[in-house]
Amino acid sequence: MIPIQGLSSGVFSAFPMASAHQRVEVTLDTQLESVDLAENIVVRVAEAAGFGEDDVHKLGMAVREGVINAYNYGNAQDPQKKILLVVEFEPEKMIVHIVDEGRGFELSEVADPLAEENLLRTSGRGIFLMRAFMDDLAVRRGPTGGADLVMSKKLPHRAAGNGRQ
Amino acid sequence: MALQGTCRDVGDVAVVDFSGKITLGEGSATLRKMVRQLVDSGHRKILLNLADVDYIDSSGIGELVGAYTTVRGASGELKLVHLTKRVRDIIQITRLFTVFDVQPDEAAAVNSFKQS
Repeated sequence: MIPIQGLSSGVFSAFPMASAHQRVEVTLDTQLESVDLAENIVVRVAEAAGFGEDDVHKLGMAVREGVINAYNYGNAQDPQKKILLVVEFEPEKMIVHIVDEGRGFELSEVADPLAEENLLRTSGRGIFLMRAFMDDLAVRRGPTGGADLVMSKKLPHRAAGNGRQ
Repeated sequence: MALQGTCRDVGDVAVVDFSGKITLGEGSATLRKMVRQLVDSGHRKILLNLADVDYIDSSGIGELVGAYTTVRGASGELKLVHLTKRVRDIIQITRLFTVFDVQPDEAAAVNSFKQS
């Protein structure tokens, strides 16, 4: 583990593992600034992984929405709680985990923001946007019982169907 | 860039030229405050020019919806003009084109407000 100090929130640790499996893990404070920070981190990782501009934007936005969720709902803006951001790579895809210290939730509990009766709601679109921007989204139970939002996107050379190893 | 907005009048229409990002925190609060101030000062025809807004998140969308319902609640009209591609895409996928009146240009937008 190579801890890299210097970010305004948390410690940035890089875990170089097998070439096909690399992982970045960041512990974020439950504060508004962590939303921008998480987005910026993922944007840089996505650019380094070779994603195009459009997909980099989508990845950044999806992570932004996930951290907003963790900040507002999971950790209820409690500064004592932390948000864990993990970015890892498998041969085919980039996977992002956003883990909060709340009570967890089920995706089925989330109201459909496209339903007529919900269109004029001022909140409730975050999960929908994450689903729209990523290839997959699931919610698991995190280690302390909070939500572990798991989202993934196929790596660019894989998504294009160029399957050469 | 944090959201900034400047107001100008075109006839009886208040046009707000925004630039920056409409996101959780200062950005969305700025939008909310400006629209509220316009409504409180008696404006009932409000046009938001988003030509220089290249980024909006779910909180920003929520504030736009909130602004819409605030103006409607005061028996006014709120319209949007000059959406950038990214903002347009978000409005599209969230079905908010069925809510917002998005006009192609400022002249068309100003003319489209009901005569009072």
